[in-house]
Amino acid sequence: MDAPKIKDRLIKWVEENYHIEPFKDIVIKKQVPLHEYSAWYYFGGITLFLFIIQIITGILLLFYYKPTEGAAFESVRFIMTKVEFGWLIRSVHAWSANLMIFTVFIHIFSTFFLRSYRPPRELTWITGVFLFFMTLGIGFTGYLLPWNELSFFATKVGTQIAGSVPYVGGFLRTILRGGEEVSDATLGRFFACHIIVLPLCIFAVLGLHLAFVQLQGMSEPLSVKDRQEKKSIPFFPNFLLRDILAWMLALGVLASLAVYLPAELGKKVDPFVSTPAGIKPEWYFLWMFQTLKLIPSKIFIFDGEVIGILGFGVMGFILLILPFIDIWSRKEKKNLFLTLLGIFMLIFMIFMTVWGLIDKGRQ
Amino acid sequence: MIKKSFLKYGLFVLGIMCFSSQAFSAEAMNSCLECHKEKFSQDDAHAKKVVLCVDCHGGNPASLDVSIAMDTSKGFLGKPARADIPKFCARCHSDADYMKRYNPNIPTDQLSKYEVSQHGKLNALGDKKSAVCTSCHNAHNILAANNPASPTYALNVPNTCARCHSDKEYMKEYGIPTNQIDDYKESVHGQALLVKGDRSSPSCKNCHGNHDAGLPRAIYVGNICSQCHALTYDLFSKSPHKSAHDRLGIPECEACHGNHKIMKPSDDMLGTGLGAVCLKCHNPSSKGFKTALAIKNSIEDFKTEIAEAKESTSKAERLGMEVSDAQFDINEANNSLTKARTYIHSFSKEEVASVVGEGKSLAQKALMLAQKAIDKFNFRKKWYSLVILLIFVFSLALYFRIKMLEKK
Repeated sequence: MDAPKIKDRLIKWVEENYHIEPFKDIVIKKQVPLHEYSAWYYFGGITLFLFIIQIITGILLLFYYKPTEGAAFESVRFIMTKVEFGWLIRSVHAWSANLMIFTVFIHIFSTFFLRSYRPPRELTWITGVFLFFMTLGIGFTGYLLPWNELSFFATKVGTQIAGSVPYVGGFLRTILRGGEEVSDATLGRFFACHIIVLPLCIFAVLGLHLAFVQLQGMSEPLSVKDRQEKKSIPFFPNFLLRDILAWMLALGVLASLAVYLPAELGKKVDPFVSTPAGIKPEWYFLWMFQTLKLIPSKIFIFDGEVIGILGFGVMGFILLILPFIDIWSRKEKKNLFLTLLGIFMLIFMIFMTVWGLIDKGRQ
Repeated sequence: MIKKSFLKYGLFVLGIMCFSSQAFSAEAMNSCLECHKEKFSQDDAHAKKVVLCVDCHGGNPASLDVSIAMDTSKGFLGKPARADIPKFCARCHSDADYMKRYNPNIPTDQLSKYEVSQHGKLNALGDKKSAVCTSCHNAHNILAANNPASPTYALNVPNTCARCHSDKEYMKEYGIPTNQIDDYKESVHGQALLVKGDRSSPSCKNCHGNHDAGLPRAIYVGNICSQCHALTYDLFSKSPHKSAHDRLGIPECEACHGNHKIMKPSDDMLGTGLGAVCLKCHNPSSKGFKTALAIKNSIEDFKTEIAEAKESTSKAERLGMEVSDAQFDINEANNSLTKARTYIHSFSKEEVASVVGEGKSLAQKALMLAQKAIDKFNFRKKWYSLVILLIFVFSLALYFRIKMLEKK
């Protein structure tokens, strides 16, 4: 019987001491459009939920993980075998990382197809693309930390590819590796980037991204925008409850993967052996890796790998400035060519990833 | 500038002139090469150390006149008779003081060893087919033994010996088999050397000797095998088999393992079953027969326990469980199995049982760890079901709450 009173008193105390009225208004008055494409709105929220899980499990892993060449693998083994529920924490961390990258891909593609980046949401898109790049970065740096054979050689290959960037490649590779080879120094800087540098950057950009979403609300797709009858629901509590429902679904998937396919420990790396056959990067880099393998070593007088890397760089830049070069969406029109290009890109990425996964040849 | 260039040009021409005159004089000092150039290669071990034709054959290499260059009255030796070749080479190779200048560690006992070898003995008896130095090392173009093209390079030794020893026609008069190389190629040693390229694997010379090549006395064969299989031979020497073999004149290791065709040993060689070598000497009523059976059973039991541990570990691994500790114990148990197989040569069921006992405890530990991992997986499954149920119930409650809210 006393509970509502305590709740009311608490709200009153917060309102009196902290001037949250403007924020409260935004949240309470915010409406979320309801239409046949509304399901895509949830992927941003799921990504955020998985990121929170990453932070929590990451902190728990930090209690035992030792980022040195001699102790990294053994400390992960200790977490997996000796620490109570250590296997669960690590498996959830590993799987939520993969699921988060997967949902980021869905979120970015759905935003693209719905043209949600069109004015006035250019900055929401740009911060989103930066978050996408940083998510890939946090995935890349985290992959090395167990210091097993697969992660070591995948990092070796990955940093080698980065070394092919014209002019700055050598410098970039040395900066990434902390020397000529993947070593203790690489592990140290990957660890620092994974737990401090990238999370701090993500927090900052994510703050902006969420602020933009809250301030500007959800974008309506072009096909829905001009309808006579429009439906919407309040953000609070309706959409938030729907979001939580989606999070529960993600949690169920995460729990299933962690129990039935726990994260593998792999084989402790021997840095002196040559790169074993079949070494591949993580699945989210596989489409680029597979594409690079298909590019001939020489295109006219140019190095094929360099052309490929430059190509990916250009694609990344185009992705970043997309709201400004898509002149049709700026005029509130949908361009079929751009949609077809997006579909082609999606099919190409899926095809190359699957091919990369089943390709057993020497990498 | 012009002065500098002129100086540079002048120095270059002078250099060329010096080089040409040196080349010319070197050529003039060894006139043998005018006719015999094709016999030498740059890799020749003697040429590399500037040991020239004159150092072996004598003569006057400074003269282009054959009658002067090959004047026997002035010390020209020419081609030595085949039987004399060992002593011909030994003029230098047995001279420790002389050889020291080229290599302080080079052996100088080749001739004395050769003289006690089967080849040397036959050569002394006037056998014109018996091997001399040039049979294995070539007369000219002699390559160092560490040169992969040399006939005495570790991987080439079996084929070098086989050049004569597998030639039925050539070996006919000696009455010895000519299938050694074929047998050796099939053997575990031959496979390691010739297929895997393991240069530490023994070839003909390791058992028969090289310069002192001869038949190893079968009764001492254990001393040869023990060069590598030290523990095995030590166990054998302390076993009752040693005195029995000595007394009856049965070759030691060879009695069970053979000689040139030494195959990878299998557990079938042990015990009283088909293919068991124990049955060659032990009849069913003997004590040895019972010991053989007991050792065989002990090894088979141990193998079964390792297999069970492996099966459970694989099952746990397939379930995604971390079983590296169990795998480590299985590896250790396998090491114990290898040790137990070595301890078979003690022919003591107690000693084998002791080693097997250590290994069995490791296999049992691995089995226990694997079982624990499987149990843990089943435990996780139970909790997983509960968590999923909770998520489902919570989601259902949320769903109805949303429906209620949106009805309003």
